[in-house]
Amino acid sequence: MSILDKETEEHSAAASQSLLLQRGANESNSLQTKSKIDLFTGAELVLESLKALGVKHIFGYPGGSVLDIYDALLGQEDIEHILVRHEQAATHMADGYSRSSDEVGVVLVTSGPGATNCVTGIATAYMDSIPMVILSGQVATHLIGDDAFQETDMLGCSRPIVKHSYSCRDVESIPAVIAKAFHLARSGRPGPVVVDLPKDKLATQRIYPFCMPEEIKIRSYSPTIKGHTRQIKKAAEALAVARRPVIFAGGGVILANASSQLEQLTECLDAPVVNSLMGLGSIPGEHPNFVGMLGLHGTFEANKSMANADVILALGARFDDRVTNSTNKFCPQATIIHVDIDPTSISKNIKAHIPVVGSIDVVIPQLLNALKKSSFSTDPDDRKDWWQQIKSWRDRQCLAYEKNGDNIKSQQVIESIYRVTNGDAYITSDVGQHQMFTALYFPFKRPKQWINSGGLGTMGFGLPAAMGVKLARPESDVVCISGDGSIQMNIQELSTCLQYGLPIKVVILNNRNLGMVKQIQDINYDGRHASVYMESLPDFVKLAEAYGHIGMRVTCPQKLEQALEEAFAHKNKLVLIDVEVEEHEHVFPMQKKLGAIDDMWLAKGVDR
Amino acid sequence: MNEQTILSILLENEPGALSRIVGLFSQRAFNIESLTVAPTDDKSLSRITIVTSGDHQIIEQITKQVNKLVDVLKVSELNNMAHIERELMFVKVNAKTPEARDEIKRTADIFRGQIVDSTNQLYTVQLSGKKDKLNAFIRSIRRQSDIIEIVRSGCVAIARGAQSLSV
Ligand SMILES: Cc1ncc(C[n+]2csc(CCOP(=O)(O)OP(=O)(O)O)c2C)c(N)n1
Ligand SMILES: [Mg+2]
Repeated sequence: MSILDKETEEHSAAASQSLLLQRGANESNSLQTKSKIDLFTGAELVLESLKALGVKHIFGYPGGSVLDIYDALLGQEDIEHILVRHEQAATHMADGYSRSSDEVGVVLVTSGPGATNCVTGIATAYMDSIPMVILSGQVATHLIGDDAFQETDMLGCSRPIVKHSYSCRDVESIPAVIAKAFHLARSGRPGPVVVDLPKDKLATQRIYPFCMPEEIKIRSYSPTIKGHTRQIKKAAEALAVARRPVIFAGGGVILANASSQLEQLTECLDAPVVNSLMGLGSIPGEHPNFVGMLGLHGTFEANKSMANADVILALGARFDDRVTNSTNKFCPQATIIHVDIDPTSISKNIKAHIPVVGSIDVVIPQLLNALKKSSFSTDPDDRKDWWQQIKSWRDRQCLAYEKNGDNIKSQQVIESIYRVTNGDAYITSDVGQHQMFTALYFPFKRPKQWINSGGLGTMGFGLPAAMGVKLARPESDVVCISGDGSIQMNIQELSTCLQYGLPIKVVILNNRNLGMVKQIQDINYDGRHASVYMESLPDFVKLAEAYGHIGMRVTCPQKLEQALEEAFAHKNKLVLIDVEVEEHEHVFPMQKKLGAIDDMWLAKGVDR
Repeated sequence: MNEQTILSILLENEPGALSRIVGLFSQRAFNIESLTVAPTDDKSLSRITIVTSGDHQIIEQITKQVNKLVDVLKVSELNNMAHIERELMFVKVNAKTPEARDEIKRTADIFRGQIVDSTNQLYTVQLSGKKDKLNAFIRSIRRQSDIIEIVRSGCVAIARGAQSLSV
């Protein structure tokens, strides 16, 4: 036994002494036997708190500082721990779990390398406002600052990429701290919250009662939910007189579970709806008013509609640079109404004329009410010209592509996946051309169906995210659409899939290249291909088999759909389908650098 | 227009709270001209005064971002209201000859400064006031003697009248 452990014991013994004094001698027996009032160790308090919060799964990887929690996990059945193969994957799994459900994904990792391995996943969740709680082990309190074995300042490392973080300073406060972490993670603008747990606060005697606050109050935190009446009125007035309105729906609509309200508003205004990459699924992809994704690889009609709008109603979107193109050329004619629960998102990149701070699910009904009060009604004739114009842009068929060659086109694969899954599957993706093809060619039917790393653009996200989705949605088909580059960034998780029997489908759009990088090099670097060719790709089929799954390879267009049917027929097996796709395909449409939102190429060398 | 702005921030007196503020400024490339922090009469709260600069849009973003930090209770932009601001400074100067000593003493008097430490080689002058006054004093004294060391507290400020920053 090291000095460390001894000191911890002494510390706990002293604590139990003082507790004894407080409680009086008649309760002293329960200190040994955990009978009358249940008493717990610090580690047990962590699990009790999670149980009380309804947690069913945690994603993690053990190590010295959290072994007490792992030990406590053995004695219970309420929480299933999913043992990953790399902590980064644990964060993406928790992330996929959150994105596809109303739960908060939970991660448990050890101090030092376990914690730092989470950084990419935390940043990914942070950029897309995904609720997550990360329980990271820490060296014992008295060692903090000594460069102890496996010590890192996790609060410092994660500070710029979390909504908030806590360190547990006393054992009794563990339940309250965890409850606060969950509250912060999922309320307001959601985000990841780190809870640092020093070993000595976990490895204690069983002397602590469990008491969880009924209601969480944080005096310095109260997100604005309801839109300000005056702002709502102004917004409604602007919408009522709009001739060419556009609704720009972002990920905030999905996070606020406000899709049905969005549809109501869309129909009330008879306005076209465009989505950011994160907003896809907030309105059905087949909805007649949906004109597509916006931005860098957005549809011609979506970018055109924005550029020509007289009123833009942005809902839970943050005018990211991949949407706006040059901000100084952004939609000069439009009055911009910007609704967001986070005031910092408003007028950060694009100045809003009518800012409304509030939760989308509350603000839309407020807007509808205000419109009703002003006896607003859309005459179909009012919108005729606008829809006529949009139709002319749609007629350009910006997503048309040549599909009769010898090679499989990526676009075709996405369309086939849609057909084979009846468009119902949850789709995760990695980052690259395959991601953009998926966003453009899969008309998502419902919110939370499309799961991708939009803000950070994290390669390696897709596979673990799909696993998290499968655990949250075991009844549904879950497909990870990946690239030959991205899949290798967390491929070790195929092993986790075997252990927990996660029958997801992995489709690799294998173009033997870091395709998206190559595309940029083709366009902006005169085709100088620096480090994009994957010279020594593994045999993905054998790799799948080595991990105990089914691997398939498809190389010819005629066999594609049949192969996918076959793969999806394996309900209880993970199938990895390596699809050899056209190597030199580019993603189009594409905005021109430094241009306006609608300055774009529709195909190689084809200007709008 | 890059204007100087004084922000008063009331936040939880928690470990890590200050690092979140400072981190936010560096992370988002906001400017910090000066920063002071100390607990308030309520021990659970700290008060920070930050002098920053930027155009209107940047200042708006800074205030919103600071406000968004979970530890922060209140932010106020003191430039928007009548306020009092002060900074404290110590200046250590060479004062070896009787003439130099007289001259420094006279200048300090003019600026309502005090000599708070003295050896036969040097004086330490204490001065408080707005930044401009402190700068003017430094310019004057530099003409008369060698400055050995300067330390400034950074600005603290408070609104005039009934306005107050409290929970
Ligand atoms: C972790 C990480 N590193 C680097 C990048 C930069 N990057 C963006 S797309 C891409 C290529 C992806 O290649 P692949 O997964 O094969 O997809 P493809 O574009 O070929 O469909 C790279 C390297 C990134 N997004 N994430
Ligand atoms: Mg590729």
